[in-house]
Amino acid sequence: MSSTDNSRNADAAPDASPKPGRRAKTMAITSGKGGVGKTFLSANLAAALAHRGERVLVLDADLGLANLDVVLNLFPKVTLHDVFTGKVPLEEAILPAPGGFSVLLAGSGLVEYSRLTPEVRDQLLRIIETLAPRFDHILLDTGAGISDVVLYAVSLADDVLVVATPEPTSMTDAYATIKLLTTQQQRSAIRLVVNQVGKVGEGRVIRSQLQLVVDRFVVPMLPEGAEPPMLELIGEVPLDPSVRESVQRRQLLLESMPGSPAARAVEAIASKVAK
Amino acid sequence: MQLLQLSGRTLPDRLEVGQVAWMQAVIDALCELSSRDPLTGLANRRHFELALASEIDRVARAGEPALVLMIDIDHFKQVNDTHGHSAGDLVLKGVAQALQECVRPMDTVARFGGEEFALILPNCPPSFGLTVAERVRLKVQDRAVSISPGQQVHVTISIGGAFAPQWVRSSAPLWIERADQQLYRAKAEGRNRACLEQPTVSLVTAEEKGLLFGTSKFQEFE
Repeated sequence: MSSTDNSRNADAAPDASPKPGRRAKTMAITSGKGGVGKTFLSANLAAALAHRGERVLVLDADLGLANLDVVLNLFPKVTLHDVFTGKVPLEEAILPAPGGFSVLLAGSGLVEYSRLTPEVRDQLLRIIETLAPRFDHILLDTGAGISDVVLYAVSLADDVLVVATPEPTSMTDAYATIKLLTTQQQRSAIRLVVNQVGKVGEGRVIRSQLQLVVDRFVVPMLPEGAEPPMLELIGEVPLDPSVRESVQRRQLLLESMPGSPAARAVEAIASKVAK
Repeated sequence: MQLLQLSGRTLPDRLEVGQVAWMQAVIDALCELSSRDPLTGLANRRHFELALASEIDRVARAGEPALVLMIDIDHFKQVNDTHGHSAGDLVLKGVAQALQECVRPMDTVARFGGEEFALILPNCPPSFGLTVAERVRLKVQDRAVSISPGQQVHVTISIGGAFAPQWVRSSAPLWIERADQQLYRAKAEGRNRACLEQPTVSLVTAEEKGLLFGTSKFQEFE
């Protein structure tokens, strides 16, 4: 671990030494529309997994408009930018985050990397390959929208988790994302988290609604013999004022309000992801 | 100055228009010169890449469909080998002219390099793509290029095209690469043809939205 100003939780950082034969499961967290709680979920899910004893790294793949640093209240001196430009070795950019997991932050304003050049492709791939043996989970927090970088980051991951809210615009974008991932990357299993639900069971309804449209419109577009895409709801997070409060205080919900309904929901998601 | 004279540019009289206006004319002429291919007068590769970058911005922001065509003259080497390089130059000019005649003023026609040309067609709906590409192909095929008094040659072109995925921020190299792949396909399938990549299915149709929001199941929660 590097010595940075933000290593206040260094003791809680996981033991990130390579263990032979093991490889982290990588999961991309994406949404289509921005502002649905993707980064909130990435950070708190990572904390919940870490709490369960898993070694977790969150990679900020939102290269153009990163805000994981804002959510975690970190002011990194070393970012992915420095790794990309070869200024520092990869190890030095891995920072301990509050919550007991590790982060690799992009730093805001990495605009030149928001486009997928062959260099960015190679760098992201290299980073994931290098770090996979040292963690149990690597979460890729992708940017809003479906840029080349987002699609590429998702293509590197074993699993993909789409975050949506019950808002129609979010559902439409989630559907567009799912459609793109299934028709361009031949993904047959897509995880879904519905955030900000007003009623228990709303997530289930939204999942089946999305699945219905996928079955009707996406499945016929797939090549013959392709596995039909299946949406798996791995949790719903209730609309909970404590989320807003924790984000405003720039703290992890799981640390500031561990017993809140949203925090419990995230823990439930973590138990499914950890399996 | 020599550069401008060689390119056949005429500048206004310095005394007549004044120093400032004259200087501006020189700058304009130099800018123009730096973005043109000297042989064909088309946009050069530098200008093409700038135009492509701004088209990508527009596509990402406005979701307008846009098409890039990569064009290659079939068996161009044979023209050079049989009739000489000056004949080859005339063929390049002829093809350039044909390309320019069949596009809209807003389109960018560029010489990409060698016997390769590129077209940017902003706001080109996917359903028109193949029609446009075919029109370009036929225009070149039908054109006779005079290479010496009484001697004409006909050439054909292969075309590869790719649409920018709508509302997706792509990158210029990726977009060109996708169009190039279609160009290879056109070549492999026997040349003198146009191949277009199937447009990205990133749009959500009204029908899909209808099903997504329309059924009673969802309304229980309204």
